Amino acid sequence: MPVTVKIPTQLRAATGGEAEIEVSGSTVGEVLDAVFEAHGGLRERITQDGDLRRFVNVYVSGEDIRFQQGLETQIDDGAEVTILPAVAGG
Amino acid sequence: MAIENLKCKECGATYDLGAHFACENCFGPLEVAYDYSDLDPAETKRKIQAGSQGIWRYADFLPFEGRPGDPLEPGLTPLLRADRLAERLGTEAEIWIKNDAANPTHSFKDRVVAVAVAKAQELGFETVACASTGNLANAVAAHAAAAGLESYVFVPANLEEQKLLATGVYGTNLVGVRGNYDDVNRLCTQLAETRPWAFVNVNLRPYYAEGSKTLAYETAEQLGWELPDRVVCPIASGSLFTKVGRGFQEWLDIGLVEGEQPVFNGAQAEGCSPVATAFAEGWDVCKPQRPDTIAKSLAIGDPADGPYAVEQARRTGGGIDSVTDAEIRDAISLLAETTGIFTETAGGVTVGVLKKLAERGELAAGERVVVYITGEGLKTLDATRDRFRMHEIDPVLSSFESEFTQEVTV
Repeated sequence: MPVTVKIPTQLRAATGGEAEIEVSGSTVGEVLDAVFEAHGGLRERITQDGDLRRFVNVYVSGEDIRFQQGLETQIDDGAEVTILPAVAGG
Repeated sequence: MAIENLKCKECGATYDLGAHFACENCFGPLEVAYDYSDLDPAETKRKIQAGSQGIWRYADFLPFEGRPGDPLEPGLTPLLRADRLAERLGTEAEIWIKNDAANPTHSFKDRVVAVAVAKAQELGFETVACASTGNLANAVAAHAAAAGLESYVFVPANLEEQKLLATGVYGTNLVGVRGNYDDVNRLCTQLAETRPWAFVNVNLRPYYAEGSKTLAYETAEQLGWELPDRVVCPIASGSLFTKVGRGFQEWLDIGLVEGEQPVFNGAQAEGCSPVATAFAEGWDVCKPQRPDTIAKSLAIGDPADGPYAVEQARRTGGGIDSVTDAEIRDAISLLAETTGIFTETAGGVTVGVLKKLAERGELAAGERVVVYITGEGLKTLDATRDRFRMHEIDPVLSSFESEFTQEVTV
């Protein structure tokens, strides 16, 4: 199903400046794989050994995937996936 | 001495000294890098001692191209020996309280905000903003007002009333977000991408965080240019905890003080203890939590510097403990009754952990322990409600005497 993925400023050099990408997938992992397919430079920036890097946060419709099933989190129709750096706040 | 660039703490990539906070290669946090190679310790010491009566006396260690200024200069807060507290805890360690409630808006956040607002002006911003659990909101609103800048302050809508009132009074745009702090923080991270604002703890975070080093410098200076043996420090995002460590390390490196890093003990509330849990479990990441504690100023469920705080506690032979809400309330009373210092719930967390360390026998006789009290009790009055009884009497002697008969005759 179609999903909108929001790309943060720090990663836009790897997406040719695009702030949003339309891909399809039924879990967060599938969606990210589709994103990496379209923009190969993103894979090593946000993942390491198949997992998300420790300062990368991913949200599905505003909810942190670590409170859900991580990369296995199901994506509902029309959901929005947001990638953000985890190094803000405090 | 000069600031050089922003450097990623994870991969070492460097960036120009602009409003950036996350590495484009790995998303790691950026930190200000300095060149201290031409600093002469003796001359630096004289310069500090002849400096202002606040944090700008340490300007050589802060992230500015020019000389920073701020009409609400924080810092040089009291460092007090707390012998009666030590006695009540049954420890022969030397306990010192660094009372950082004695700042312009009554918390340590004045230090980081003074630095961030001065940096925002140096970078040409006209609006400052923040995601806050309360103390930061007070400080950003006040320092923006003092500097004549516009401000937007984002907080969880259910914050303590005292903290909301002490923010709104400065004429800021106060935004209560229906969510917890981590929701507020996510929203601000997104807003920082589109608004031309200096979010002090998002896009200006590398500079902002440097302000916490001044707590380390002051501690060393007030102890007669010596380091404590141990510090007990609250952990929310972990930024204060790690920057106090960085401050001590810089002074060790350039020879302003001798010895080694103190043992670092971190303090969290049990209802929001992702860093204490990571320490206990031996993880190098923090699993986020949904906060549920009266210590709202420490209620960050997804702490940005959590992994570095864990590393620092391990490296220095310290630890990270958590205390319950009941222990927090007891510790607020304990500190007040033995030192005359009334702290907010975060200070209750810190003193609560100090008490645990004493009970476990981890504090050695003669050991010098500095406890960081980061905020003022008047901001979280609910935490002290129903803990004592007021004697209500009529305005006549007999009424007083009948109320206190027992005390007089016993």
